[in-house]
Amino acid sequence: MKNPIDSLNKVFDSRVRLGVMSVLLVNEEINFNDLKELLQVTDGNLASHLSNLEENGYIKVKKGFIGRKTNTTYSITKAGEKAFKEHLGGLENMIKGAK
Amino acid sequence: MYSQDESLEALQDIKKMMERSSRFISLSGWSGIAAGICALLGAWFAHNKITQYSTEANTDKTTHDIFSFPQIGLLQELMLIALFTFMAAFVFAFIFTYLRSKKNKIPLWGLTAKRLLINTAIPMMVGGIVILRMMQLGYYELVASSCLVFYGLALVNASKYTLAEIRYLGYAELILGVISFWEIGFGLYFWAAGFGVLHIIYGTWMWWKYERVKS
Repeated sequence: MKNPIDSLNKVFDSRVRLGVMSVLLVNEEINFNDLKELLQVTDGNLASHLSNLEENGYIKVKKGFIGRKTNTTYSITKAGEKAFKEHLGGLENMIKGAK
Repeated sequence: MYSQDESLEALQDIKKMMERSSRFISLSGWSGIAAGICALLGAWFAHNKITQYSTEANTDKTTHDIFSFPQIGLLQELMLIALFTFMAAFVFAFIFTYLRSKKNKIPLWGLTAKRLLINTAIPMMVGGIVILRMMQLGYYELVASSCLVFYGLALVNASKYTLAEIRYLGYAELILGVISFWEIGFGLYFWAAGFGVLHIIYGTWMWWKYERVKS
């Protein structure tokens, strides 16, 4: 049998990245400021976690404008959804293992 | 690396973030109770005005139809009472919800509040326009029922963006509203039941479920 640890994704070890993925799974897209407010983290912190997720191909970034202000929105990719769900399964197995 | 406790904590974190980002959860039960009390007071004032006017008019037609007195004076006063009731209910509802969001340290105005407001406002605005037109055409007897029906639809729609239980309040308003279309003449009583009593019941239930300090 597969070791449950194998299905846990290292990328989601960080609380912030886990939070971003949770938010994106239930919201079609969300902008940087709303995300920052929800997760209560600093600009720099959030930005580095977001670029990490982007590099892994788990989220898509869309840069746009509202008036003259930049408005960057994020959404989850198919790969991201799959990876996150596998991670959830892994967590579930860890808890089941306790019994 | 991951213990069982950590896994559980991670899952709870995920659940919390999903909820926080998709629903406006600061809506307080007290808001419902306060709005209900405002509605009952408003209905009481309206009832007094109507009795006063109908005695003055001294009609021998004994009609129960409280919306069939299209005297301009009464109509204006009723509109004023309705407006004042709505504003008072809104202000109190806002205050209690504001206090709850403070307590839970969740910002009041954000993505979820915006979504909730827009999705509640659409059925309410359309309802408002329809009701105004009804009054223009003199169908006063349909006003109370229409208020209940449009409000019920607004709540059912809103339930996707806030506490899911508000859907049941919506269903109750809809049932009451539809029945009242066949009980023309008792509009004010249905209105008081829907906006007063149901709000108080719902508010108490929500307070009991989410805000009560469990000892």
